[in-house]
Amino acid sequence: MISKCKLSDLPAGAEAILEAIELPEEEARHLMILGFLPGHRIEVGLSAPGGDPRVYRVDGSEVALRRETAKHLETMPLVGRVLETE
Amino acid sequence: MKLSSAECHTPAGPPRAFSPRTRLVAIVGPPNAGKSTLFNRLTGLHQKVANYPGVTVEHRMGRLKARYIDTGIVHHVELVDLPGIYSLNARSEDERVTRDVLAGLMPGVPRPDAVLLILDSTNLGRQLMLAAPVLATELPTMVLLNMSDDLARRGGVLNVPELSKKLGAPVALVTASTGKGFDEIYDFLNAQLAPPRPIQLPILQDVPKTRKWAAQMSLASGYVAPAPTKWTRRLDKIFLHPVAGPVIFLTVVLALFQSIFTLAKPLMDGIAALVSGSGDLLKAVLPESVFRDLLVEGVWGGVGTVITFLPQILLLFLFIGFLEDSGYLARAALIADRMATILIAPLMTCSARLPIYVLIIAAFIPDKHVIGPLLGMRAIAMLSLYILGFLAAVATARLLKSSILRSERTPFVLEMPPYRWPKPSQLAMRLIDRGKVFLHRAGTLILTVAVVLWILLHVPTHNGKAPEIEHSIAGQVGHFIEPAIKPIGLDWKFGIGLISSLAARETIVGTLGTIYGTEGKETNGKLQEAVRKDLSPAGAAALLIFFAFALQCMSTIAVVRRETGGWKWPAIQFSYMLVLAYVGAFAAYHVVTWLS
Repeated sequence: MISKCKLSDLPAGAEAILEAIELPEEEARHLMILGFLPGHRIEVGLSAPGGDPRVYRVDGSEVALRRETAKHLETMPLVGRVLETE
Repeated sequence: MKLSSAECHTPAGPPRAFSPRTRLVAIVGPPNAGKSTLFNRLTGLHQKVANYPGVTVEHRMGRLKARYIDTGIVHHVELVDLPGIYSLNARSEDERVTRDVLAGLMPGVPRPDAVLLILDSTNLGRQLMLAAPVLATELPTMVLLNMSDDLARRGGVLNVPELSKKLGAPVALVTASTGKGFDEIYDFLNAQLAPPRPIQLPILQDVPKTRKWAAQMSLASGYVAPAPTKWTRRLDKIFLHPVAGPVIFLTVVLALFQSIFTLAKPLMDGIAALVSGSGDLLKAVLPESVFRDLLVEGVWGGVGTVITFLPQILLLFLFIGFLEDSGYLARAALIADRMATILIAPLMTCSARLPIYVLIIAAFIPDKHVIGPLLGMRAIAMLSLYILGFLAAVATARLLKSSILRSERTPFVLEMPPYRWPKPSQLAMRLIDRGKVFLHRAGTLILTVAVVLWILLHVPTHNGKAPEIEHSIAGQVGHFIEPAIKPIGLDWKFGIGLISSLAARETIVGTLGTIYGTEGKETNGKLQEAVRKDLSPAGAAALLIFFAFALQCMSTIAVVRRETGGWKWPAIQFSYMLVLAYVGAFAAYHVVTWLS
């Protein structure tokens, strides 16, 4: 059973598909330009001490976000590491 | 710039070799795509840093280095390096500046004749998104795919002619750091310019569509993305380690502050000896005259004193350059996000504050060890200034609650560039760049202040003789405000310095150099020793605190004025910061006095 999950709640190393960005249009657009596109894959990377902000691998690059931003990104976690080999 | 677009449509006429004209070419690209490297490589040392009126964003102008003889260039090409951007949505000031320049809307700046769009070829799918709005400007554009060496080494592939056909614009694979592929750039800059004719463009406001378009473009040109780098992940495991990461970060920051002051010392002493030696020589060689005194006391005392700090400024920018070019600065910003954004933001923006802190600390704070030779009083002073300056800015933002500090509210979104080994030539270029800015200010603003001040120290004359320094106009002004600054441990000389520092913070160093020079005290280019008698350690602390808080930055005031559309907010902010600075300095003076 897979359910939706906020990006900020994903554990380190997890992978997910971005479903929606619940932020004002201007901010959402900026995130999309940086690679946070709905339907695309996100991999959770390393973080600052304390877990915030955290680095995310998106669309060929690495972008750091604070928790307060990441909690507005709705994702669908990918189970297992099947897609890792891609 | 209608002229250039008219030129584009004329049929091929006679060769233009006989009527060279200047072409203005803008370099546009996302952050970390190698924009500055390209600009440096193309212009060499023929460049200068500038600001557009009313804008804090810096840009650089330069002339194409290549000559007619070796490249066949018939046009003079003026290059402008615009700030790094991800889109032209005008979300940030950087984007607004770039958009306005490309649209020809920037006051006093002609619309560019052409654009060099530089993108990172190792992540083309995403980087090509910026091509859409740039091609939509209809300016003749060449798309440069940078880091082609990296792409090839890591197994990436791309069909350049195919991409060029799709985009309707010339495309070239280049390596900005080595100059590979630059012949094609010269050809483009020299050829007849034509607006791009892309096969299709997406709706620019629609990011997913733009991304899809970019993917189609790269797919159609047979793009195969390179294998990911292993080094970046490996290094991140160390630099972003929960324990090692912060330890490394703190070590780097402290080592940076400490070494600025210790490593530069021999060089500084050398320059100081040169300055005082040449001053003595002038005094001996020139006939006794007012002019000689003005030159030796005013100019050598003022400008000479400031110049002795050049090695520290250069060392500072060498370290910052290394941290930034290597990619570590972005990691430091990530680690420091919560605990000390202060330490990083000024490093990243190269803000004017850092070199001035260095200058003032080196001039007024004694060089004493605190924890052995590893950590000195100056490095600690530097750290304290940063923290205080940051707290003051936060407090001001809270108080004003206006749109003034809009950037404070934007969310923390920061791209982590891959680690790269910094190129010595790029670092050297930065140093020359910053050294020029520093010397230029010393030769213009500080020189002017030194000359005016020297004159004010010598009038009104009595029976053709200069007055005692205390009775000169400058001396009287200093004495007039002395009662106000006595409570923070500063005397009338520093009063004059504080007034002159309204022109620019660092002027205070030159001003005191001139005053001591006029008094006939041998400064030997070492202000430290001269001021020691007049400035107690508590007074020095108060002076630093005053500078950390006071808003002595004309360009900041100008920006606030523009953002708020009036003088009310800048006046309020200036007064508020002044009061804060005074109260802070007062507290610092008394705390340090009490402690010692």
